[in-house]
Amino acid sequence: MSALADLLRAGRPIAAHRPWPRAMVGTDTWQSAATQLRDGNLVLTGLWGESNSVHMALRDRALNEIAVLSLDCPERRFPSAGRLHPPAIRLERAILDLHGLEPLSAPDTRPWLVHAAEPYHFLPAEGESLHQIPVGPVHAGTIEPGHFRITANGETVVRLEERLGYAHKGTEALMAGSDLARASKLAGRVSGDSTVAYAYAFARAVEAALDVAPPPRAVWLRALMAEVERLANHLGDIGAICNDASFALMHAHCGVLRERVLRAADAAFGHRLMRDCIVPGGVAADLSDTGVAQLSTLGDEIARRFPPLVALYDNQASLLDRTVGTGTLRPALARQFGAGGYVGRASGQDFDARRAIAYAPYDRLQFDVPVREDGDVNARVWVRIREVEQSLSLVRQLLAGLPRGPVRAELPAPAEPREGMALVEGFRGDILIWLRLGADGCIERCHPRDPSWFQWPLLEAAIEGNIVADFPLCNKSFNCSYSGHDL
Amino acid sequence: MRRHLFEGLIRKPLTEPAPWIDDDAAADVAKALDRAARKRLGRSLAIRQIDAGSCNGCELEIVALNNAFYDLERYGLRFVASPRHADVLLVTGPVTKNMREALERTYLATPDPKWVVALGDCAIDGGLFAGGQACIGAVDGVIPVDIRIRGCPPTPQKILASLLAMLEI
Repeated sequence: MSALADLLRAGRPIAAHRPWPRAMVGTDTWQSAATQLRDGNLVLTGLWGESNSVHMALRDRALNEIAVLSLDCPERRFPSAGRLHPPAIRLERAILDLHGLEPLSAPDTRPWLVHAAEPYHFLPAEGESLHQIPVGPVHAGTIEPGHFRITANGETVVRLEERLGYAHKGTEALMAGSDLARASKLAGRVSGDSTVAYAYAFARAVEAALDVAPPPRAVWLRALMAEVERLANHLGDIGAICNDASFALMHAHCGVLRERVLRAADAAFGHRLMRDCIVPGGVAADLSDTGVAQLSTLGDEIARRFPPLVALYDNQASLLDRTVGTGTLRPALARQFGAGGYVGRASGQDFDARRAIAYAPYDRLQFDVPVREDGDVNARVWVRIREVEQSLSLVRQLLAGLPRGPVRAELPAPAEPREGMALVEGFRGDILIWLRLGADGCIERCHPRDPSWFQWPLLEAAIEGNIVADFPLCNKSFNCSYSGHDL
Repeated sequence: MRRHLFEGLIRKPLTEPAPWIDDDAAADVAKALDRAARKRLGRSLAIRQIDAGSCNGCELEIVALNNAFYDLERYGLRFVASPRHADVLLVTGPVTKNMREALERTYLATPDPKWVVALGDCAIDGGLFAGGQACIGAVDGVIPVDIRIRGCPPTPQKILASLLAMLEI
């Protein structure tokens, strides 16, 4: 019997939850789950609250089974999991901010997403010749808002402390009470660079809750958009990372390829970022044969133009000098945090929701999941290079196997409240959406969990001992989402 | 490396001609801007971008302005790292409560004459986030706005056309 099944058995199952089980548990089981997270048998996949309860999504590391444990908090308190398992700390701070539920004996209860009027206390860093460098929330480049408090000894970073929440828009509260059309749009704006992946996860969660399957053509078109989005982001970021190491030529070339992807997406799906193209029940519009041809041409062009750029990266000693050995994330830490995406996979974590959950149509497609152990900026670049190659192959397979037929199914009205969740692999890692639909078909509660929750804290560790000038390079190689995290 | 540089010499440039500025847009911009102040700055504008809580979609399209197709800098438009060097503040997002002070302080740090461009639906009226408990909404609820560029996000073409309209008057 798996550890997860034992935890579930100790609780009361919730019948309306799809596709994975959810159970109401007591504080003992909640704490036992935290202990197993600490011991590494389980991976924390999500931790969120609502008015009177907290929920914890868990994944069995070996079996890739997923389940949700829920704990009622009539006294507005719950035992802290962060006390035993540090990846839970920021999530618990967010629960305290957004729902007023207090994590008991939590190691850190400073406000996180909702900034208070009183000054924020950064953790002390003391020692001889240390100085602090405050960065943000308005940065020097065109990036999202966040604050970084760097403590340095000369050129060397001794400690980095992040302060996030500047992009906190109250997305979850806006989703509550919204109809599916509006909530789907909001989901697509949790993190703009992953608008397809979020809409995809949201649609899958709604369909799970309502027990409906979208038409096969829609299933394939969604994956096609997801791979095109992955291509656009990886191409743009590979160039941007090199640019942060002052190698502008790579940036210029990758920027051209990214623009080609966005233009093809615009021609094929009607929006450069493919925003609002995936909707619950299917996709908003069909892909024409011209669109298929355009995407196919795009795939061919990138397959032709990308390898010389990879060689350019690999042959530049001065560039590799900046990326190799910089910002190293130890595999043990990536494992503890259950880091997904290229951050995890560059540090030995062999998890990709497309393969582990194998949601359609990925169960019928051939692809590799690149994994490396070295965990530095260079490793993250290489994982993304390999993922570009895999996505090109997936785009080709998807275009070749695209079934014919309708692209949108009618959604039934739920007679009673229903719950659904989904895990979708965005370019940055696995995105979780959990939701409860009311009997009126509107959203009662929706929680989107960005992969960045389990990547941001690791940046603090990876930068330690590096020079201050390499912070932008390390940060770009992680490329965590501020908006996705801040909700 | 040599191969890439050589190809750069023999291949046709990717850079595209300036987008068409329609008269309505130009008239709007002319109305919004103080012509005398605008003239003092000549045919060059330094832009400071501020993300006041966007979903990062607008940032993606702003960054695209620097790629070879749009090549913003050939028009004398460039992004600068500090508000103290800026003529134009390009603001995105539904101004979260957490970003309000940073936005105000950045505005105050920018020397006169200065203009504020609200970019994207969120910055113009809060977009989908209007009425949210954690957002203030439109940028002009916090600092005065001169020019508005609609879209979710607006295309680089559209952003470029609006910025060029500022140079034309």
